[in-house]
Amino acid sequence: MSRRKDNYETSRWRQFMQWLAGEIDPLTAAKVGMIQEKAETLPDEKMERGKVSTLQATPGNESDEREAHSAAAQAEKAAGQAKSAMAAEPWLNQPSGESRGLRLYRRFYQVMSILLCMGIISVLLWTIAYLPIFGNAGNPDNNEVSARYIEKGLDETGAVNMVTGMILDYRAFDTFGESCVLFIASCCVLVLLRIDNDGGSESWKKRQTEANDRIFEPKNDIILQKCACVLVPVILVFGIYIILNGHLSPGGGFSGGAVLGSGLILYLNAFGFQKAERIFNGKIYQRITVSALTFYCLAKSYSFFTGANHLNSGIPLGTPGNILSSGLILPLNICVGLVVACTMYAFYTLFRKGGM
Amino acid sequence: MASHLLYNIEETVAMILFGIGFTMLLLHRNLIRKIMGMNIMDTAVYLFLAAKGYIKGRMVPIVTDGILDASAYMNPVPSGLVLTGIVVSVSTTALMLALTIRLYERYHSLDLDQILIQVKKEEGS
Repeated sequence: MSRRKDNYETSRWRQFMQWLAGEIDPLTAAKVGMIQEKAETLPDEKMERGKVSTLQATPGNESDEREAHSAAAQAEKAAGQAKSAMAAEPWLNQPSGESRGLRLYRRFYQVMSILLCMGIISVLLWTIAYLPIFGNAGNPDNNEVSARYIEKGLDETGAVNMVTGMILDYRAFDTFGESCVLFIASCCVLVLLRIDNDGGSESWKKRQTEANDRIFEPKNDIILQKCACVLVPVILVFGIYIILNGHLSPGGGFSGGAVLGSGLILYLNAFGFQKAERIFNGKIYQRITVSALTFYCLAKSYSFFTGANHLNSGIPLGTPGNILSSGLILPLNICVGLVVACTMYAFYTLFRKGGM
Repeated sequence: MASHLLYNIEETVAMILFGIGFTMLLLHRNLIRKIMGMNIMDTAVYLFLAAKGYIKGRMVPIVTDGILDASAYMNPVPSGLVLTGIVVSVSTTALMLALTIRLYERYHSLDLDQILIQVKKEEGS
């Protein structure tokens, strides 16, 4: 589908326009185009040319024989290429009736999938037409739940940012599940992409050389390093700021963690794996992530002992608006931020070199 | 009816984006493009949720000047849902890309049809 075609005469659009004008029948045209394509990919022409050159070269002296050998090798190469081309498009090998069926099936599949998607879009738009008007205060989704979060949120959680108060206090278990999803995803990627040292087998050596190629890809680029010297501290400080002010301003653990992770990735790109592993490696990743998740789990498990009501933590809420306020929200934000930053960095290193 | 589509232009765009992503999932045979289609579908869902939480003429749900009135702020619930969705989408995208890398290492192709043909051949032999 994504194949580029330079010749307009045999393009599908041209065929479609001809079909619209009633000049051709699309099925026979498709067959003709297919046969032409098949003729183009056949290796016979190149083979014959090579054979002719070998025939010409045989009644001669040694140098001619060498030429003949090279010509024969070229012919074999061409045949091999053509064979690989045939292998790449196996339906070309089959008899024409079957390949025509396959082509028809393909076109049928495309048309049906487009029709299906059009149907889905139209059903969804039909539903949209019955939805209440956008931005109206009386819409049924602005019900007593959000009113309760807004009116009582500051008193009960102490968080100025109501979204943070909601996701880290009222719905803290939901956020715990999200952090676990991130952790499990990074574990799965680690399992899938890890390069094991299993005694120097062939596949391991091959993957190791590929990974080495990826590790040493950026040579010490002076411009990147100077820019990173300026940018990385700023990015890291900004990420920490977003995490620590999660209950006061827009932001929080997830966004701040993403900023921290991107700063670490920039450092890694500028200075290479050897320097980056001095400050962050697999062991530190494990310790930080597991301890953050354990702290989160323990800090929120007390609600099982207080009648499944999260709101009585015993920690004073403090003055709303201060950094040290709103009870457990700040430590939980830090935990989430650490998990997210570690996971982002882990994704990057795993995809790039297959290990931490 | 049709005028509602114009009033709800954000939701309309979200649904069309969702359809485009679904079409990419069905039509493209390249696995990376299928993943792109999934991400477009994710984005459409975020757009829909964020549009549902917006209320005209109200502030973002961060307490300012000590106002604690429900009629002064937007709905904070969809924002939390979008946050959840983004995290899950990042995780699933990373997982799918890792699986794609393993498939490419095994079959040396990103084309789903080629991979299936090779799997059938291996099963047959």
